[in-house]
Amino acid sequence: MGPLSRILFGDRVSWLFLVLLAAIAIILPWLNLTQPPDSPWYVSNYALNLWGKYLCYALLALSVDLIWGYCGILSLGHGAFFALGGYAMGMYLMLQIGDRGVYGHPELPDFMVFLNWDALPWYWYGFDQFWFAMLMVIVAPGLLAFIFGWLAFRSRVTGVYFSIITQALTFALMLAFFRNEMGFGGNNGLTDFKDILGYDLQAKTTRIGLFVASAVALALGFIACRYIVTSKLGRVAVAIRDTEPRTRFIGYRVERFKLWLFTFSAVLAGIAGALYVPQVGIINPGEFAPLKSIELAVWVAVGGRGTLYGAAAGAILVNNAKTWFTTAAPEFWLFALGALFVLVTVLFPKGIIGLLRRRGGEGS
Amino acid sequence: MGKAALLVLILLAGWPALAVAEPAPAEAGFAELVQQLDADNFVQTGQAVERIARSGHPRAVEILETMLAGSLQTLRTDGRVVVVNQVGRDFEITDALSGEDLGTVGRRDLSRISINNALRTQIRAALARASLNDPDATIRLAAVRRLMASPDPENLTLLQEQLAQETEPRVLAAIEVAMALSRLDADEPAVRMAAIEHLTGNLQSQVRNRLRTISEDDPEAAVRDAAAEALASIQRRLEYYRLLENVFFGLSLGSVLLLAAIGLAITFGVMGVINMAHGELIMIGAYTTYMIQQLFPGAIEYSVLIAIPAAFVVAGLFGIAIERGVIRFLYGRPLETLLATFGISLILQQLARTTISAQNVPVISPSWMSGSWQINEALALTWNRLYILIFALLVFISLLLALKRTRLGLKMRAVTQNRNMARAMGVRTAWVDALTFGLGAGIAGVAGVALSQLTNVGPNLGQGYIIDSFLVVVFGGVGNLWGTLVGAFSLGVLNKFIEPWSGAVLAKILVLVFVILFIQRYPRGLFPQKGRAAGG
Repeated sequence: MGPLSRILFGDRVSWLFLVLLAAIAIILPWLNLTQPPDSPWYVSNYALNLWGKYLCYALLALSVDLIWGYCGILSLGHGAFFALGGYAMGMYLMLQIGDRGVYGHPELPDFMVFLNWDALPWYWYGFDQFWFAMLMVIVAPGLLAFIFGWLAFRSRVTGVYFSIITQALTFALMLAFFRNEMGFGGNNGLTDFKDILGYDLQAKTTRIGLFVASAVALALGFIACRYIVTSKLGRVAVAIRDTEPRTRFIGYRVERFKLWLFTFSAVLAGIAGALYVPQVGIINPGEFAPLKSIELAVWVAVGGRGTLYGAAAGAILVNNAKTWFTTAAPEFWLFALGALFVLVTVLFPKGIIGLLRRRGGEGS
Repeated sequence: MGKAALLVLILLAGWPALAVAEPAPAEAGFAELVQQLDADNFVQTGQAVERIARSGHPRAVEILETMLAGSLQTLRTDGRVVVVNQVGRDFEITDALSGEDLGTVGRRDLSRISINNALRTQIRAALARASLNDPDATIRLAAVRRLMASPDPENLTLLQEQLAQETEPRVLAAIEVAMALSRLDADEPAVRMAAIEHLTGNLQSQVRNRLRTISEDDPEAAVRDAAAEALASIQRRLEYYRLLENVFFGLSLGSVLLLAAIGLAITFGVMGVINMAHGELIMIGAYTTYMIQQLFPGAIEYSVLIAIPAAFVVAGLFGIAIERGVIRFLYGRPLETLLATFGISLILQQLARTTISAQNVPVISPSWMSGSWQINEALALTWNRLYILIFALLVFISLLLALKRTRLGLKMRAVTQNRNMARAMGVRTAWVDALTFGLGAGIAGVAGVALSQLTNVGPNLGQGYIIDSFLVVVFGGVGNLWGTLVGAFSLGVLNKFIEPWSGAVLAKILVLVFVILFIQRYPRGLFPQKGRAAGG
């Protein structure tokens, strides 16, 4: 079996997941375009947009599962990488507004005019170019994860200690991005975007394009993760997860494996953020909130850790539930989410996938 | 303490009633004097002002002040002297003598008591003199300060007279400063030098301003130098007090961190349980304070003291319930414990929102905790922060004693050091686990009582402390109570020393980054555990 067929056909559920994803990516836009609004099969623009968001979340959950499910690193700061990718994309979109802002300044975004700044800060240079912004979507979260991981793994900060300092990291970033002086729009963040690569963000076709791009990114991310976990690197990662000291004594440089996985995972999270921002139309420091990052962990845990598709399914399920609760019974959402945290850790440690497997009598 | 305060309150409440019930013998004469304010010429009015000021009547000062403000007028109908308060186009009037409300009248019903600049000056001096005779030392002190502002010869004579009969040391010192300030204008350089020497070390801004002018303008070089030197020494003292104040703020922040983290030092440090609901246990303590105040609205003064044991019990019971209901199934799986307790924290927050209110609830501070301790002109420590600092240390000491000197503490340490051996010796480990967790939770509740005096009490209260308290515990060294103490105070002081040049938010970010880097360099904190306990 070659590597590609191993990735695609080695596991039946993974194959099924990719097929389902492809179906969603084709059928939802098709229904949106062809069905009349009164048809029961009609998918509204709102619903399509919502699903685009879920697909980004699924990619984010995938990135968490890669390091938590396969390497035992629980990052409670992955929201920070997601937000950094989002900010890189937001900066590009911000500079595309041009003189169509409220103040009509040809170069500066509105909030800078409002703050009486007379030039772009140096770290905004280049973000008017799409390729540069996309590079930053990868470099900004990747570099932060690399430095942070290098410091942490080298001094063998593991387990809950690592979780706590990643949480402190995202908290510190949130405080920093809330400051107006940082030059990222402060409290309001970046918003009011007009177009991307010359296409109007409000147009139906652009929205479908972004939706399909999210689905493709999720599929590619999934395949890349599958490639990693089925490779030798993945085997070592699992060994680290199960007994880190023994793996080290056998002779593997544990911290290097962890570092590269962590960095790759952060890059995936950043890409998810970059796709998320044009679809929701805003990025603000709230995305750095520690609560958001912890919620991520529960998506993964609900779906089932260490399966990849479980994480993606968990993200979609929990967010569907969130959408339903916040419109039907907003005051109960936190009860439900809290209960989900408790139930999934105490009663269903393997998540929904684990439950399904037990029913099907398949696996251990 | 509470009883004495209550007694004082009753006395204060009864005071005006007593004053009214006992008419002053000179009441009729005083009414006559007030009526004379509406004289035909300023000389007569001036005489009336003087006599009113000397009368020592309780309303004398107030009447003169309203006259100075121009709101003392007479009614055209019967010539009665009234205090006028203009509301829109109407004029609300009250009787100048009795303070009785006389309703509203139009502009035409009133006639102004005329006043000129000479009279104004006279009233001001008379007012200050009247206040100098006040039985309250604080009012006398204020009067001295007022006279200091315009040091003309007449006022100086007045102050000199006061110096002879004054007994209160604070007022005496203030008069001496005023005299020294006036001597700065003396003709002989030696007198000026002596005055400068007397003023050295004084922290009032007025003194500093005068010394600054003298250090620049005085004709004698020696006097200029002396003034400059005195100024420099004053600046040094100010710097010193500013430093002390900053240390106090830092220690105060440290005490808050200590209170928030100390319960965690038990559950996380001793038991190794990651309890993300710790912040919500603090919140429960704060809400308990609020509940106690609602239950006993008449006893605000002691309600905080009642709330301390109550919050300990309530939060402790919540803690035991959490341990028995969830955490005991997750021992040995720290990451899962983290997630489950985070879920509990969400549930508790939402519980507070739905059962009490999504808004903050008002917690009243008792009077003995408000105000501040004015040590000198440059240094004032607020009572509530001072009490909380002491309280944090008391909680720390009692916890230390509980762990080291009680039977339960012995069992707790035994279980954490070697669970199987403890069980073999007949310790009911499950029971000890529950009680240990309950102790940590109860202390979080007690912290909530203290925090309710400093911050808003609402559903989000706990969230703000959870990251900080984890960092304090990890920074200090897990499993080491002394580490938590040192960690909390050093982070508090560090934060307050960065703050002046960076601003509050950036200071917090910098401290967070510092702790993150520190933990990466020293993963076991300031005071790492040694020996067998360190393994694992």
